Amino acid sequence: MQFFLEVLIGGLLSGVMYSLVALGFVLIYKASGVFNFAQGAMVYFAALSFVGILGLGVPFGLAVLLAFGAMVVLGVATERFVLRKLVNQPPISLFMATIGLAFFLEGLGPFLWGNETREVKLGIADEPIAILLERYNLSVSQFDLMAALVCGVLVAALALFFQHTRIGRALRAVADDHQAALSVGIPLQTIWMIVWAVAGFVALVAGLLWGARNGVSASLVLVVLKALPVLILGGFTSVPGAIVGGLIVGSTEKLAEVYLGHYVGGGIEGWFPYVLALLFLLVRPEGLFGEKHIDRV
Amino acid sequence: MFYREAGQFKTNYAADQQIFPLLQDRIGIAIVLALGFLVVPALAADYWFSAILTPFLVFSLAAIGLNILTGYAGQLSLGTAAFMAVGAFAAYNFVLRLPGLPHVVSFLLAGVCAALVGMAFGLPSLRIKGFYLAVATLAAQFFVVWALQKFPWFTNNSASGVISAQPVHVLGLALDSPRRNYLFVLTIVSVLALLAKNLARSNTGRQWMAVRDMDVAAEVIGIPLLRTKLLAFAVSSFYCGVAGALYAFCYIGTVEPEAFSLDMSFRVLFMVIIGGAGTILGSFVGAAFFVVLPIFLSIAIPAAAQLLHLPFNKASVTYIEYMSFGALIIFFLIVEPHGLARLWQITKEKLRLWPFPH
Repeated sequence: MQFFLEVLIGGLLSGVMYSLVALGFVLIYKASGVFNFAQGAMVYFAALSFVGILGLGVPFGLAVLLAFGAMVVLGVATERFVLRKLVNQPPISLFMATIGLAFFLEGLGPFLWGNETREVKLGIADEPIAILLERYNLSVSQFDLMAALVCGVLVAALALFFQHTRIGRALRAVADDHQAALSVGIPLQTIWMIVWAVAGFVALVAGLLWGARNGVSASLVLVVLKALPVLILGGFTSVPGAIVGGLIVGSTEKLAEVYLGHYVGGGIEGWFPYVLALLFLLVRPEGLFGEKHIDRV
Repeated sequence: MFYREAGQFKTNYAADQQIFPLLQDRIGIAIVLALGFLVVPALAADYWFSAILTPFLVFSLAAIGLNILTGYAGQLSLGTAAFMAVGAFAAYNFVLRLPGLPHVVSFLLAGVCAALVGMAFGLPSLRIKGFYLAVATLAAQFFVVWALQKFPWFTNNSASGVISAQPVHVLGLALDSPRRNYLFVLTIVSVLALLAKNLARSNTGRQWMAVRDMDVAAEVIGIPLLRTKLLAFAVSSFYCGVAGALYAFCYIGTVEPEAFSLDMSFRVLFMVIIGGAGTILGSFVGAAFFVVLPIFLSIAIPAAAQLLHLPFNKASVTYIEYMSFGALIIFFLIVEPHGLARLWQITKEKLRLWPFPH
């Protein structure tokens, strides 16, 4: 039982990290209908820029700001030079363009900042919380808990931003209906820039946390592959879906690895979330919280 | 003036239904085939065969496979490399475990194996489509590579998981030189490409296109969705499987499951999109583009850096390659969203009048 709990909590907390990446996806998909495969590359690029700027001797807070600035510039440039040129193209073209963008960022990041694996020190140790370990004999990483907290704060902040600001309302309007939003005078292109910048910010947070966990290296790009089943489970258009989906994927993949893995030789973490998502799709094609109007075939 | 259908009358059904109804097209294809089978083998060096021509043909075949699924039937797939892997490893096992079987038959059976796997992973397409389906096909990508690594039977208990493709014999001839490999691959690719071209305009092909354009309407006019979609997955995976077998046996030689990574799936998808979705010609153009582009970049970038007296090292060249690759993809999507094959369409329309202005 105790072991089960420990695996479950570990899985849930790592699921939070997946949610963070999925969140960036959902933001962009909601507002512009673009399936942004470059989110993983953005996480990598954000983390690399942060570490690179930090390496120049800039203090921590300023480095975060500057890296955020870089992500904003990136978002604006993406809107200006990619999205705006591809308006009215089929979704697959936009998807391919984001893959192109992913390649571009994967080259640009190390080109600017070098490619050696680097550490991010956030000042939180990746060790078990003492109280829980003593009293309940549960090993829960302090760092993971902190990451979960950051994620929670981020989601709350985004929810407030979406619900209670002018820009947030405009964002929701655009997500609902591009044409209608345009006709009431919402500047679509500005909104897209903002969405990409916000997604860049989420990528920066995810990059910092993942980077602190595993080091900043090119393998950070692959976190995108962890986020995809999360999206399927949660639905492409739902922020809560991204969170819940992340938790489900994180916990079940760890549990499956521990309890089922040895029957088939282990290493099933790579594909289990996908199979889970597939099975789930057969029952509920729009995901947990996805919009119902998805075309049923 | 020279490229038009005027004056070519069909007097029997056979002539009316041939794959290339225009005389000029038939001459063009004959010239291309003659170039491929006679002129190129006589002139090209071994490097060309092994580094450019064979991979070009193999990837063309894979791109045709994906094009059938994505371009004709409209089902987005990111699992192409997995189906190629099934083909490669199935062919290896057929050759290993059934020694009496002709190698060509083994390759085709490998394609059938890939088709079966493809149909299994195509089942979700009955419920979902678009990006949901694309992510679902990723399951195939990860599952197949994992299974090939985990179960040593597939790799004949090879400790490292790497298989060495056996030497291939066709009709008593050993394929021991790059030139012979090339000719063998060219033969198979030509036959399969012609079959695909023919299939695309048959009843089946039209059903695929109907499903692609609007599945509800297709169902209403009596097209069985289940059968049509699964058939698209099966045929597509068959092509990918044969391409995978050729990749292992005629191009690389020694393969590990990781070679068929997601990266390769994307590459094939790029070929289809840049070449032109829904055209067989586009598969070839796209494959040519993506085989030649990295080679071109690896030559051009150091040269350009030298010309501009910029300091460069090996690593930054790799990154500039990545960036150029990504930028070029975006560039082509912007300037020619229907793919490079569309340029040929435009040329054809221009040629009808050329050299006159009207």
